[in-house]
Amino acid sequence: MELINLAIKAIFVENILLAFFLGMCSYLAVSKKVSTAIGLGIAVVFVLAITTPVNWFVYTYVLKKGALIWISPAYAIVDLSFLNFIVFIAVIASMVQIVEMIVEKISQKLYYALGIFLPLITVNCAILGVALFMVERNYSLAESSVFGVASGIGWFLAIISMAAIREKLRYSHIPKGLKGLGITMLITGLVAMAFMSFSGINI
Amino acid sequence: MSNQKIFLEPIIKNNPITVQVLGICSSLAVTSQLKPSLVMAVSVTVIIALSNVIVSLIRSWIPKNVRMIVEMTVIATMVILVDQFLRAFMFDVSKQLSVFVGLIITNCIVLGRLEGFALHNPVAPSLFDGLGNGIGYGLVLVIIGFFRELLGSGKFLGAQVIPDGLYDAGYVDNGLLMLAPGAFFLLGLIVWLQRSVTGQYEED
Repeated sequence: MELINLAIKAIFVENILLAFFLGMCSYLAVSKKVSTAIGLGIAVVFVLAITTPVNWFVYTYVLKKGALIWISPAYAIVDLSFLNFIVFIAVIASMVQIVEMIVEKISQKLYYALGIFLPLITVNCAILGVALFMVERNYSLAESSVFGVASGIGWFLAIISMAAIREKLRYSHIPKGLKGLGITMLITGLVAMAFMSFSGINI
Repeated sequence: MSNQKIFLEPIIKNNPITVQVLGICSSLAVTSQLKPSLVMAVSVTVIIALSNVIVSLIRSWIPKNVRMIVEMTVIATMVILVDQFLRAFMFDVSKQLSVFVGLIITNCIVLGRLEGFALHNPVAPSLFDGLGNGIGYGLVLVIIGFFRELLGSGKFLGAQVIPDGLYDAGYVDNGLLMLAPGAFFLLGLIVWLQRSVTGQYEED
C-alpha cells in the first residue's frame, strides 16, 4: 500500500519533470515528435529501473557512514558520502554502457529504436536526481526501486503529452517571439498545472 | 574573437538558457526565492570557469575517445568542492538547494562549454568563456528568482517590501508563482522578451 502511494506520488503529484524540473534539456530537445519521444521515454524508464537499485546498493554498502562495516568493524567510522556525486555518475554512465551492449546482443530491433537515446541519458538530470533524492529521503531498497520506475513513468507521460501537443502546435499561429522555446515553456507550465490537480490523492 | 567579445557574447546575445537552451534542468527549481538563486548562479559560474580552465590546461593530453569521462570527472570534482564549501559556510542555503547542487554535474551547460570551447582553446579565452556563460546563466536565474519572490511572497531577499497598506487594500500574493508552473511561465515570458529585443526568431 505504502509503495503504491509512493508510486502515485512520484508519477503524478511530484512528477520529476513538472514539479522538480529534472531532465528538462532532453525533454525540450526531443519532444518535437511523438515517435522519438516514446523511444526516449522508454529508455529513461529502463535505465532508471536498473540504476536506482544499483545506486542503492553502492550507497548502502560502500558510501554511507559506517557502510564498510561488513569488511571489518574497524571501518565503522569511515564516511565516504562526500563521494556520492562522482560515484553515482560513474555508476550511471557504466550501467548505460552495459545496458547498451546487452540490448545490442539481445534485440537488434530494440537497439536501433533506443540506440541514439541511450548515450544521451547519461547526462539526463532525472537519473542522477532520482539517485540523490533516494539518498536524501532515506528510501529502503523496495522504496527506491519503486520510486525509480515511477519517476521514469512520470517523465515518460510528461514528454509524450508535450510531444503530442507540439505536433498539433505546428498548425497554429504563434506570435513570432514565442515560437520554439517560449511557447514550449508556457505549455509546459499549463501541463504542470494540470498535473498539480492530482495532489491530495491517497490510497 | 577577442576575449572581451567571448566574455560578453553569452550574457545576452547568445544566452545559455534562452538561446542555447542548455542547463534548464537544475536551474528552475531553486528560483522560488532570490537568495538560493544567487548562490546557485555564483556556484555554477565558479564551476564552469574552473572546469573550463582545467580542461583547457590538459586538453592536449586527453585522448579523444575517453574525453567524456575525463570531463565528467573534472566537473564532478569541482561540484564536490563547491558542495563541501556550501555545507561548511552556508549550511542553511545548502539545505535549501538540497539535491540541486549535485545536479550541476548533469547541467548540460557545463559539459557543453567544455566540449564546445575549452577542448580547442587556450586557457585565457576558456576562462572568459566560462565566466561569460556562467553570468549569462546566472542572470536569467536571478531575474526569475527576483520576480518569483517579489510577486509570490511579497519579499526581497527575505525582507518584506510590499507595504502592509497594500495588503489591507485587498492585494494578494500570487501563490502560483511559488509553484512549479510559475517558473515555467516566467521563463517563457523572458524568452519572448529576449527574442523581441534581439530580433532573433526561431523557425519551428
